[in-house]
Order: sequence, then C-alpha cells, then structure tokens
Amino acid sequence: MFSGELFFNAIVSGLLIGGFYAAVALGLSITFGCLEIVNIAHPTFVIFGSYVTYILNVNFGLDPILAGLVFVPAFFVLGMFLYRFYYASFERAGQESLNGLAFFFGLMFTVEVLLILVYGVDYRLVSAPYIGQTWHLGYIDFPLRQTVPFVVGTAMTIGVYLFLSKTFLGRAIKAVSQDRLALQLMGADPIRVKQYAMGIAIATAAVAGSLLIILGPVEPSQGRLYIGRVFAMVVLGGMGSVSGTLIAALLIGVIESFVATFYGPSWAPAVSFGLLFITLALRPQGMFGRA
Amino acid sequence: MGRFWLGATGVFMAGLLFTGAVDNEFYFFSGYVILQGLIMATAWNILGGFTGYVNFGSAGFFAVGAYISVALHQALALPLPFLILASGMVCGLMGLATGYLTLRLKGIYFAISTLAMAIVLETVITNWEYVGGASGAYILTPKDSLFFASYVELLFMVMLIIAIAAVAFARYLSTSRTGKGLTAIRDDELAAECMGVPTLRLKLVSATAMGVFMGMAGAPFPFFITFVDPLSAFSLFIAVNAIAMPLIGGTKVWYGPVIGALILGLTQEITTVTISSELNLLIVGVVLIGFITLAPGGIVGLVQDFSRKRLRSKAAPSAGGDR
Amino acid sequence: MSAPLLDVRNITKSFGGFVALNDVSIHLAPGERLGLIGPNGSGKTTMINCVSGALFNDGGAIVFEGRDITKLPAYRRARLGIARSFQIPKPFRSMTVIENLLVPLEFAAWTRIDHGRINEEAFDILERIGLADLAHKNCGDLTQIDMRKLELARALAARPNLLISDEAMAGLSSEEVDEVLEILFTLNEGGVAVIMIEHIMRAVMRYSERIVVLDAGRKIAEGPPDDIVHNPDVERAYLGE
Repeated sequence: MFSGELFFNAIVSGLLIGGFYAAVALGLSITFGCLEIVNIAHPTFVIFGSYVTYILNVNFGLDPILAGLVFVPAFFVLGMFLYRFYYASFERAGQESLNGLAFFFGLMFTVEVLLILVYGVDYRLVSAPYIGQTWHLGYIDFPLRQTVPFVVGTAMTIGVYLFLSKTFLGRAIKAVSQDRLALQLMGADPIRVKQYAMGIAIATAAVAGSLLIILGPVEPSQGRLYIGRVFAMVVLGGMGSVSGTLIAALLIGVIESFVATFYGPSWAPAVSFGLLFITLALRPQGMFGRA
Repeated sequence: MGRFWLGATGVFMAGLLFTGAVDNEFYFFSGYVILQGLIMATAWNILGGFTGYVNFGSAGFFAVGAYISVALHQALALPLPFLILASGMVCGLMGLATGYLTLRLKGIYFAISTLAMAIVLETVITNWEYVGGASGAYILTPKDSLFFASYVELLFMVMLIIAIAAVAFARYLSTSRTGKGLTAIRDDELAAECMGVPTLRLKLVSATAMGVFMGMAGAPFPFFITFVDPLSAFSLFIAVNAIAMPLIGGTKVWYGPVIGALILGLTQEITTVTISSELNLLIVGVVLIGFITLAPGGIVGLVQDFSRKRLRSKAAPSAGGDR
Repeated sequence: MSAPLLDVRNITKSFGGFVALNDVSIHLAPGERLGLIGPNGSGKTTMINCVSGALFNDGGAIVFEGRDITKLPAYRRARLGIARSFQIPKPFRSMTVIENLLVPLEFAAWTRIDHGRINEEAFDILERIGLADLAHKNCGDLTQIDMRKLELARALAARPNLLISDEAMAGLSSEEVDEVLEILFTLNEGGVAVIMIEHIMRAVMRYSERIVVLDAGRKIAEGPPDDIVHNPDVERAYLGE
C-alpha cells in the first residue's frame, strides 16, 4: 500500500527532525570529531538544557528558545571547566581512552539521577504560542513544534560551520588534534583551544535542549536514546566534519521517519544504532569521511 | 585441592547453612541482587578489565539471557538449569558474533558500537511479541523449591553456584597463559600481536566468556522478579552496576570485581532500606566518578600502591636511592 | 647464492592516495646484517610493518624461509621467527621487566622451547642484554636506555631467525649507542639475521654488511657500506639538489 501523501509527509517530517538532530550532534561533532574526546554524556547535557529551559519557561513565561540562549554563556563556562577537569584527570596522563570513557559514562549516569531526584521521572513540557500550530502546504503538514527546531537547529549548525571555517579560533579547533604542526605555526596553545572548543560544544547543548523540549515532553532518561543517534551522525558524517554531520542528521531523520511510518514507531530507535553498528563494522572512517 | 577451591567450597557451604538457618526472605532477595551484580561484574571484567575493551552493551546480554529463559520456559517448560545453560550458550554465541564484528575496531569505536548494540537488542526484544513485547510477561513461580523453604532461597543458591563458576573461570583465565596474552593486549595490542599473541582469537575468547556469564546471570531473573519487561531487563541501573563494580574494585585482577561487587552491592542494599533507592543510584554515580578520577586502579590498586609505598619507605634508608 | 631467509618481492603499499612503497624488493641471507636507510618518510617503517605483519602490503609477495607469508597475520609471523623492536618502545606497562619477556616466550616461541625452563630462559636473555638486575622492576620505572634494551630483549625472547631493529638507538648517547651495537653484534654471532633501521650513520655503516637505501617509496641504491657512502643518488636523496 503506497500513498503519496504518507510518503511526502514522511520525508518532510524526517527532514524537520533531522535539522533538530543536527543541533544535538553538533556539540559531539566538535568534542569527538575535533578534540577526540568521547563525550558520551553530551546528550545528557542536552537534557539538562531542556530542564533549564523548562524552569525559565514555567516560572517566567520566557520563550523556550530565548531561555536556551540565556543559558548559552553558562553552558560555555561549564564546558570549559569540564575540559579543564578532563585534561587534569585523564588527558595529561595519557589515560583518556579507557578511563575518560568511563568518566563520561559515570557523569551521564549521575546527571540523569540528579534530574530524577529533583524533578522525578514525569514528563515536563513548555508552552509557547507556536507549539501546537501547523502550517499546511498542499497536503504536506509543517507542524511548528517541528519546524521551529528545524530552523533554529539548522541555523545554529550552519553558524558553527562558518565559525569553524572562517575564524582563527575555528580553524585552530579543526587543527588541534589533526595537525599539530599547523597549530604550532598558528601560535595557538592546544589546551586553550580545546578548552574553548569544549565550551562551544556544551553551549550548543543548551540550545539543542530548548529545541528538544519544544519538540515534545522531556524526561531524564531520554538522553540515552540519543547517544547512539548522535554518534551515528558524527561517525557517518566523517568525524569532525560539521557539514557531514548535518547531512547525516537529515538522512537519519528521514530514514527513521520512514521506518516509523511504514513499519511502526517501535522500530525507529534501531535505525540509527543499526546504521552506526554497520558503519563501524564495515567502514569506521565514516560514509562521507576522508578515505 | 588449592586454597581457592577450599574457599569456594566454604562459601558454598556457608550459603547452604544460611538458607537453613535464616527464614526472613528479605536477606535472600538482597543476596540474590548482590550475587547477580557479582556475576555480571566478573563477566564484564573478563573482556573490559582483562583486555581493556570497555563494553557498555554487555548488560544487553543479561537481558537477552532473561528473555531466552522466558521464551524456553513458555515453549517447552524446561527446568531452570537447562534455561541457564541455554541462555549461556545463546549469549556466548552472540558475544562471539558481535565480537567478531566489532573487536577489530579501536577501543573507542568498540565502546560506542556496544552502546548501539544494546539499543538494537532492546528494540528487537520490545518487538518480540511472543515474550510479551513492550508490555512484558508474567512468570509463575514454580511450586517445587526442592528442599529449600522458599523458591527465592533456591534461586539464591543457584546464583551462588553461577557466581562461583564465573569467578573460578575468571581466575583460571587470568592465571593461565591466555591471561598473560590478554594482559599484553590491554597494555599494547600491536606489541602483543608482534610477540606472537593471537590477539583477535583471545579477544573473541573473552567476548564469548563474557556473553556466557552475562546470559547465565540473566536466565533466573524472570523467576526472581516474576514480571519481566524490556524496561526492567534493560534497566540502566543493572548496566551501570556491571561496569561500576569492576572499576571500583579494580579491573586488573580477577578478585577486583568480587571486592567491588560485595562493597557496592552491600552499600546499595543498606542505603535502599535506610534512605532511598534514588539516592542510592546517586551514590553509585558519584563513587564511580570518584574512583575513575582519583584511583583508576580501584580498591585493589589503592591497596597495592599503599603496600608498595610502605615497602619503599622501609627500603629507602638502607638503599639510599639506588638510582 | 644460498636460499634467502627473507625474500620481499616487488611489494607496494599505499595509504589513500599516498604511495608509501612502490615496487620494492629486498632479500636477506640467513645470518646476514642488512642496513635499511633513507630520509624521513621514505618508507622504511612501512617496509618493516609489512614484513612483520603489522600492515598488509597491497601488491607483491613476502617469502620467509621459502614460505609465502604475505597473507599471514603478525602473530603467525612472530611464531615463524620474525621479531621486531619498536621505534617508540612499546613495553607491556603493567608487567615487570621479566614478565615482558615471558609474553614472547609463551606465545611466539612456545612451540620451540622447553616449557619447564621458561623463567631461566628469560633470565638468560636479560643477563645477555644487561638487564638482569632490573628483572623485577616495573617497566614504567626504566630509563631511556634500559627501555631500548628491554625492546631488544623482548624481541630476542621471541627466538627469532630474523630481528628487525627499528631505530633502537634514537636519542641515546654515543657510549649507549656502542653498547646497543655490541648487543646486536653478539646476537648476530648467534646466527640471527638482522635488519637495522637507523638514522645514526656511524652505527649503521659499522654494523651492516649490506645497505639498502629507500627514497620516496623506491629502492634507490643497494650495496656494501663503502659504495653507498659514495653513491651520488644517495647523496642527492639526503641532501637534496
């Protein structure tokens, strides 16, 4: 049974979600792709972003996106501290791979439990005038609770892409683990560069968190579902390539949307994980990455 | 018979005595949970600790073990020992197969792919209607509990036997020639391979053993909780314990996970009763982070460092700095 | 000429678009001392990675003791008698010095030694290399020169017929270089063929019976040390035009 209406709506909805996925994967694309820091706790920071958005929205009636933006500086500083701690505890001693991974795993778990302790396991949601509205173009629906995250997520991703390729700091971030020599020639201190990079990465989680809670209600353990997704996007996109991550995010959004539409939503989580699994087994350097 | 087997026999007898002397079922519920953690910690450590391949998905095997048990119980009504063996075999094969796919990857990618694997397993189980799918399945506790006062006492002894088997195997592995090869892999895989260590084969042995004991740990689980759904079988808490216990106890030796499981398990059982179960989770998280950052060698590493320092401070005055 | 111990036939290896080895052939007689030199990035390390099995060559064949080993994984080659040391020492850090030697003894050399005498065997090697006093030290506490010696001792414990020494002397003082050279000479007298990769010209010229020069993935010269020193192609490769 094939219906054009279902088909095109699945594509559009997939693309809209994909733009949001890019916002979640963006930070990891920097930490994992550029800094080689395996921050599996990144999605948990996104959830954390959702909760701070929720607090500002419920208590002060602030627009969710504005609330996310308000927390960008705080998340930036948090990210810088996190890198300092990570550097002092693991990277300096060359212990990063095994212990660093376990550290972020512990961090993910602890933040999740803290959120449960404070807010419980109930779903939380925000209110804004556009949530619940839908635009129509022919028979294709554009629900605004998906469209707004798509627009903001894609815009942020393109913004970070431009920042990384056009500015001095951005290029230093891209060079920091790939090309030591270039970094030296630029006269940049790798520790500082990484510190700012991690700051930016975590800062994007504040915005991504506000988008997540616009998209739908949020509860603390949701972050785990995103771990495989975001790693799939970063690895598929070719480690550290922001544009590749965006393409991969849109692709995964569409595939998930198709699976959900034609096979049932309970199979959707397996899509990106399966894709990641296959990619890693067959082609660890990514589908769109350098050979 | 060596000291280890004397000790193991002692533990087994003590367990039997315990079931005879104590009536309060609460202790057996607690004991079961601690032993389940101990088996999983030991299983995790056979791959994660001995070879250094951090595995976030190994608790997925536990869940699969539980569900194999549910399925075979429903289909053929096999007795528990067969269910345990079957779950062990299936999960061992799964460990071998997924290991074959992923163990050629570098450590980080391996860890991520195991995360992915756990979610894929969860999705498959959620969609497997025969064992209840997303809504779960009820298991009737068998009436017959042999000569034990209750079924949970029987389950407790079953777990004790599996735990002794798992620890004995881990000990055998780490003291054998294979164990030396595994340590070499953890220290430097390329150097190991160039010194004649068949790295892929040994990693596959580890992955298979990990799967076997994870599956065995999971097989009695449905009978223990009597209602099993994907949420409880794939619970993050069970997964975290399997990793936290070895890391807290010490990953480099076979008894590290045992120490970690006993200490963390007991603490958890006590805090759950006296305070709250959420706070209990928080403690696990904080203690885990604390150990990873401050004492990466775990409790065993701390004790070793301490005794080495004492040795050194004793030796120092006479040697006068030999280097 | 007697049957070669090692016969590397026209091997090629590229990484992405970069050709690291282009149609290179090398042969080695049993017990021979061969120097492998060339500027940085000339393909020396890729060559020994291919011979030891750390990398697989794309084209060509590698024959060891008359047997084609092109497709064999590294550990099988180690068992056949190819051992190597690493440019940056790669000790098994959680083990003591003597335990480091037990790994190759129990794996690479397992079928060729008396299992009851493994500890004595390891100790003998440490004695020969001059590490016997440090046998029970943690290898994290070793000095630079002792670390290099451990690299060689461990390779030796694999009971090789062919030892590949990858810059075993980089960063050592002049006396220490002589010490390592002495060790390598003694080894060779015991019948082990040696391929030495070295930047220290004094050492490689003194040690080698024959030298092969690589440049940009190609073999540009081959011959006794005296000829190589006066070869205009070699001079050009090292000094540029």
